[in-house]
Amino acid sequence: MVDQAANSPLLKVDDLRTTFTIPAGDVKAVRGVSFSLDRGRTLGIVGESGSGKTVLARSVMRLNLGTNVTTTGTAVFEGTDVLTRSPAEMRQLWGTEMAMVFQDPMTSLNPLVRVQRQVTEHLCRHLNLNRSEARQAAVDLLREVRIPDPETRLRSFPHELSGGMRQRVCIAVALACAPSLLFADEPTTALDVTVQHQILNLLSREQADREMAMVLVTHDLGVVAGRTDDTMVMYAGTVVEHAPTASLFADMRHPYSEALMRSIPRTSLPSHTRLAAITGRPPDLIDPPTGCDFSPRCPYVQDQCVNEEPPLVETDDPTHRLACWTPVGSPEARVAFEKNLAAGLQQAVAVDLSAAPSSTGGVDG
Amino acid sequence: MDTALDPAAPTEAARRPWIRRFVSKMPWTTRFCASWLIVIVGAAVFADLIPGLADPNYQGFLFGDGVTNEGPSLTHFLGTDNNSRDILARIVYGARVSLIVALAAVFMGVVFGGFFGSMVGFVRGRTDSTVMAVVDVILAFPGLVLLLTVVTLLGRRDLVVIATVIGFLSIPPYTRVARANALSISRREFVTAARAIGTRKRTILFREVIPNVLPTLLAYAMVNAAVIILLEGALAFLGLSVEPPTSSWGTMVNASRVDLQINVWPAIWPSLALVFTVYSLNNVGDWLRRLRSVRSAAL
Amino acid sequence: MGSFIATRLVRLVATLLAVSFLTFLLVNLLPGDAINALIPIEAQQDQEYVAQVRAEWGLDDPMLVRYGKWLGDAVRGDLGDSIVTSRAVSSEIAHRIPVTGELMIVTVIFSVLLAVPLGVMSAYREGSRLDQFISGGAQFALSVPGFVAGLLFIYVFAMKLGWFPATGWTRISNSISGNLMTVTLPALSLSVIEVAVYTRVVRSDLVTTLKEDYILSARSKGLKDGFILFRHALRPSSLTLITVVGLNIGLLLGGTVVVEFLFALPGLGKRLLDAIFQRDFMMVQGITVFVAMVYVVVNTLVDLVYLVVDPRIRKAD
Ligand SMILES: Nc1ncnc2c1ncn2[C@@H]1O[C@H](COP(=O)(O)OP(=O)(O)O)[C@@H](O)[C@H]1O
Ligand code: SF4
Ligand SMILES: [Mg+2]
Repeated sequence: MVDQAANSPLLKVDDLRTTFTIPAGDVKAVRGVSFSLDRGRTLGIVGESGSGKTVLARSVMRLNLGTNVTTTGTAVFEGTDVLTRSPAEMRQLWGTEMAMVFQDPMTSLNPLVRVQRQVTEHLCRHLNLNRSEARQAAVDLLREVRIPDPETRLRSFPHELSGGMRQRVCIAVALACAPSLLFADEPTTALDVTVQHQILNLLSREQADREMAMVLVTHDLGVVAGRTDDTMVMYAGTVVEHAPTASLFADMRHPYSEALMRSIPRTSLPSHTRLAAITGRPPDLIDPPTGCDFSPRCPYVQDQCVNEEPPLVETDDPTHRLACWTPVGSPEARVAFEKNLAAGLQQAVAVDLSAAPSSTGGVDG
Repeated sequence: MDTALDPAAPTEAARRPWIRRFVSKMPWTTRFCASWLIVIVGAAVFADLIPGLADPNYQGFLFGDGVTNEGPSLTHFLGTDNNSRDILARIVYGARVSLIVALAAVFMGVVFGGFFGSMVGFVRGRTDSTVMAVVDVILAFPGLVLLLTVVTLLGRRDLVVIATVIGFLSIPPYTRVARANALSISRREFVTAARAIGTRKRTILFREVIPNVLPTLLAYAMVNAAVIILLEGALAFLGLSVEPPTSSWGTMVNASRVDLQINVWPAIWPSLALVFTVYSLNNVGDWLRRLRSVRSAAL
Repeated sequence: MGSFIATRLVRLVATLLAVSFLTFLLVNLLPGDAINALIPIEAQQDQEYVAQVRAEWGLDDPMLVRYGKWLGDAVRGDLGDSIVTSRAVSSEIAHRIPVTGELMIVTVIFSVLLAVPLGVMSAYREGSRLDQFISGGAQFALSVPGFVAGLLFIYVFAMKLGWFPATGWTRISNSISGNLMTVTLPALSLSVIEVAVYTRVVRSDLVTTLKEDYILSARSKGLKDGFILFRHALRPSSLTLITVVGLNIGLLLGGTVVVEFLFALPGLGKRLLDAIFQRDFMMVQGITVFVAMVYVVVNTLVDLVYLVVDPRIRKAD
């Protein structure tokens, strides 16, 4: 199974750009993203809401609906470019080779269709199972995702299940035909805090057991910590930092990643403690700013940032890619920060006030 | 009131580009429909002033001055009917009936239905359930059947009666539309805020709720006017709208049936007038609604 | 679920009572004394005879008493006798139901069969040429009243081509093919607007449904578009369609009056018109209440169908 292209990556995305044409102009939701993912490996994609994570995942899966979308670049999956495939060829991939778990299990299951049919309908199509075989497969799947009393649950309608149960059903649906790549798009964002961990652990276990590659999309750096092999931080449709998860947390270089880090919800703090939200708002994707996209919000901003766009380049560590002129921790960054703080720049002041509790860094597991 | 002192009143110059911008957004079919509506309304209003327009009730053949069932000609652009009356004139005057009835329905619907609906949607409670129960009962009658019954039993069938009855029967649907809107508006922040600072209920109703319900009602009115014109047409076709010899499009279509084998023009022209007018109202109404929903989606 | 049905039934009865009372009120308060229909004007000189007839028909009782009597009879299926023909109103209605009923059923079936594929195609290719064509056509069809469509069909298919009879009705018990010949043009005339209404409903509902996450998730499972459309998307839309068909029964009933008049069909609408022209107030009252009843019952049934089809409501109770 692994032999034919063992050394070429399972998925290689190159300069992917996705644009939505709307009356107000062209929304450049994804602007030149490149990355690769090996078989059985896991990648975390992290960024604020609106940074293009969902659009990226759906573009790679060719699931962007609507006639106003254009996607350019390449996304080579198992040797062929997904973006050039016909709809019929995509249907062969969907479910069997690549599958997706959506954000809201409330809306991603058809409310008028029983669980059994939603779990088995594509089994019947892709694997040519008959009714009783499909039913048995469904029972096994539900058992695998730890749904108690699967026989009864199969006859339920989605609204009869709790949010966590529904997401387990969605995972079962995605895993049904044993895909080699799973996209999990904020799989726990819509769930209660208490079940978030269970769902994440379920996903990690399935991923490991099946040696399946997984892309875990989240707005919460804390979710990927200790769970994914690599982490990619996205901002305004571009990748700003990409590194093995462990080294990212050990040596965080991009000011935006640092800001995300500061906004991780901590269980050690009382649940209503106000998180250090990132000052300002994401840029306009119709007409992005010149220079660094993060410059209007960056505490380390200096003249070069406003004029020139920093390219995504390897740092001294070749597995660590970064797009920033003055990375966190560099002497230039410290100088720029002091200067901004002295000038009373809002984002610098905000960081300084909340600097004390978060400076210890490191969140793991 | 002195408009110059009123900052809310746009000057003539400021208004014109707005209308032009408005029109420039219309697809060509909608532009065509809007033009047709303007033409038909203008013709109906100024029918008596149109030079050369024949008397709609003059039966020339009785005086040796005209032919029955004449095809379109230079003297009678659309031909004559089986009583040698000029079809064009009858269509123009027939437009009056359709438009007055539609106007009455929209007016009574917006004023009374709009008021009742906004009020009960805002105050809720007992008043609400009582008014809506009445509305439900009236709506439980199939429209045309109720109309037939009422119009007939009234005994008189002049334009005032027809317009009033149809107008009265338009109140319930407007009440429903207004109430649904008032319900959601009453939950919005500015109403809650007004309540919180102790503004009187009546003031809130007239200052906040009704002005916000009105645009939706007017968009609904376009489409409703189309329905009303169809209804009046059906009534006239059954011989139950305004008494002859007053012309009405439905009456003309009905009368054309007698000589359909020998002359189709008297059937074609009023049918076209009816269909185009209704289509134009639907088209412009749909366009307005799309515009509104796009705008509210953009907010 | 039981209590849901119970409230629906209570509302049904209350509406029917209100409707019947209002009709009664209308018929009895408005000008036009029923005595004129009972006795020719010349014979009304005879005061004694007039008084006798008035008493016989109960015209002198207080209105509430008369309503009570009428209602008491009505619940037993006796809607009184026609003033003109002296036949029982209920048996007249029963005699004419098959015509109007068949006309409506054929119209609804035909319209749904045509509108569902049109609406689905239009929604599936939202914004395309095909969609613009179908939506534009529906908007136009919505503006063509039954009598215009009917007259056109009569002219083309009866007068010019001679394929169908222009007027008249053959009962299904006499000849099935003859019946089909006579129902076709009237049903087509009624369908023009119905198809337009249904197509628009299916389209707009489906356009919304197709944007739902569960449609995307069905696509991500590799299901075929046709399967997704008909098995996942159309199901919620069919609920909306059922409601609209129910709500539209009122419009359709009005339409049958016009079409029965145009095609001279011996249906309920034609009978109502005749009764109106003859000032046969018992008949008008009986038919109006009956029609309102059908309308209210159909709408209650629609609500109950919802209950059966939509599991969320079934559970909500
Ligand atoms: N169908 C669409 N039409 C126009 N803009 C869109 C559409 N889908 C997403 N976008 C825009 O693309 C950007 C990225 O969205 P998304 O990928 O959903 O963000 P994320 O998943 O990171 O929260 C957003 O600014 C959003 O407004
Ligand atoms: S390039 Fe400049 S503005 Fe951009 S993130 Fe780095 S320091 Fe901040
Ligand atoms: Mg997202």
